[in-house]
Amino acid sequence: MTTISAQPAAPTTPASTLDLTGVSRWYGNVVAVNDVSMRLGPGVTGLLGPNGAGKTTLLHMMAGFLSPSRGTVRLDGEPTWRNPQVYRRLGLVSEREAVHTFLSAYEFVLASAKLHRLPDPAAAARRAIDLVEMGDAQDRRIGTYSKGMRQRTRVAAALVHDPQVLLLDEPFNGMDPRQRLHMMTLLHRLGDAGRTILFSSHILEEVEQVSGTVQVMVAGRLAASGDFRTIRRLMTNRPHVFAIHSTDDRALAVALMAEPSVTGVELGRTGLSVKAGDYGAFTRALPKLALRHGIRVRQLLPEDESLESVFSYLVEA
Amino acid sequence: MSTVGWITARGLFGRRRFLILLPLPLLLVGLAVLCRSLNVAPSDWGPAVLVGLGLAVVLPVVALVVGTGVLGAEIEDGTVVHILTKPLPRWQIVLPKLAVATAVSAATVAVPLFVAGLLADSVRLGLALAAASALGALAYSALFLALSLLTRRPVLLGLVYVLIWEGLLGRFADGTRVLSIQQWVIALADRMAPTDLLGTTVSVPVAAILTGLVAVGFTVLAIDRLRSFSVAGETS
Repeated sequence: MTTISAQPAAPTTPASTLDLTGVSRWYGNVVAVNDVSMRLGPGVTGLLGPNGAGKTTLLHMMAGFLSPSRGTVRLDGEPTWRNPQVYRRLGLVSEREAVHTFLSAYEFVLASAKLHRLPDPAAAARRAIDLVEMGDAQDRRIGTYSKGMRQRTRVAAALVHDPQVLLLDEPFNGMDPRQRLHMMTLLHRLGDAGRTILFSSHILEEVEQVSGTVQVMVAGRLAASGDFRTIRRLMTNRPHVFAIHSTDDRALAVALMAEPSVTGVELGRTGLSVKAGDYGAFTRALPKLALRHGIRVRQLLPEDESLESVFSYLVEA
Repeated sequence: MSTVGWITARGLFGRRRFLILLPLPLLLVGLAVLCRSLNVAPSDWGPAVLVGLGLAVVLPVVALVVGTGVLGAEIEDGTVVHILTKPLPRWQIVLPKLAVATAVSAATVAVPLFVAGLLADSVRLGLALAAASALGALAYSALFLALSLLTRRPVLLGLVYVLIWEGLLGRFADGTRVLSIQQWVIALADRMAPTDLLGTTVSVPVAAILTGLVAVGFTVLAIDRLRSFSVAGETS
């Protein structure tokens, strides 16, 4: 079990709130983010969506690195765009693996502490490095680190001033399971300590393990927002489509029509396309049904299991 | 040195492309030493080495590599985000970077130009070339630093300015010389140490005023552009 070697400092200032009101961002004719409104408060929130959904664009606008084409992004009432003072309360870990490879982790984090004009930069740097468990390797050049170590170093640099708001773009990319678990525990603790944490991910399980609240983005729009369990239930209960090929597709189609979990069957040249309302009930019933009718199932493929299809369903729901 | 300046200097010396700066100054000194040791008359080699190589090639190319390297390279590899996510007024980022770029370019160019000027004529010419090239390094650095924020291809645009505007047009179209940093440097050096080896049609007041205007103007522009610095969306 992973343990966290240091605790985030107790919050000394009131919790921060990030408000997005009717935010859109377009590049020429391409709309990357479309009319998104949300309010982020203390705790961990997952920003979930397939690649290309506009998560990074949205995060960049939150972090003041992109101006909204329409709408406003405010941190505690102040705009984040063209306002470097927000970085006193905000930390960003971008997706791009960009670090000064010629520095050691300690030098890198210390430089961040100095740029923040912290009263005791050395102590702040040590605390942040301990927080991400990089103490043993802190004096090695970042260029020699693994991807996960670089990521943790960047997180340490973003946390060095103990920000009220931390934005992380795909923070688990490139991490091994142990590092991933450690990062998840760290985010939990920061959220529990009253920080506003938002991390983006295109992996459902990551969001499930870290956050209770989720914002789902699909094709630039906010498709769902709220408690993860409710959204997950919506996702699980959606109709599933299976491609089936058997020794007697016609007989199997007839038998499947009588099965309560099946909502539709289509007989095609290459086999059956079956729509099931209940994933679990269908996958349990199919072998029994085939056995009872003496049919051998040669192929069973879920057709719409891509994350994109799950998200698309959410948009339609 | 400020933290921004320290990171900038470490980054600059840590990048391989900085190594390409070394051969040019060495070539400049080498040619001057060779001509002097062969007793070639300074009037025969001075203009070609001091102006043709030193001020027209070594100074702008070194300033281009360094000036685009202090910010453009960080924008290119994304590390600039680390500095920008700090509560610093943007002038506190641009000015240290400009100072590092100017100091490194000036040091790299002024020393060989001093040696070449000394060998060609006198200590005075050497000092004049060194001082004027330091002022030129400031103007070039401000220009190339601002270019890093104005375009995604600052090196290419910088080369177009140096090779096409200053090099090609400056030779054939007199009017373009008024807007040539190279010509301003020549005018300033010639004023500090009048000699037949340097010649330009640009007057000293014009050169001095335009050098100052370019240095200040492009610095202000860079600060303003950095305030509105956008990171391209990676998923869109």
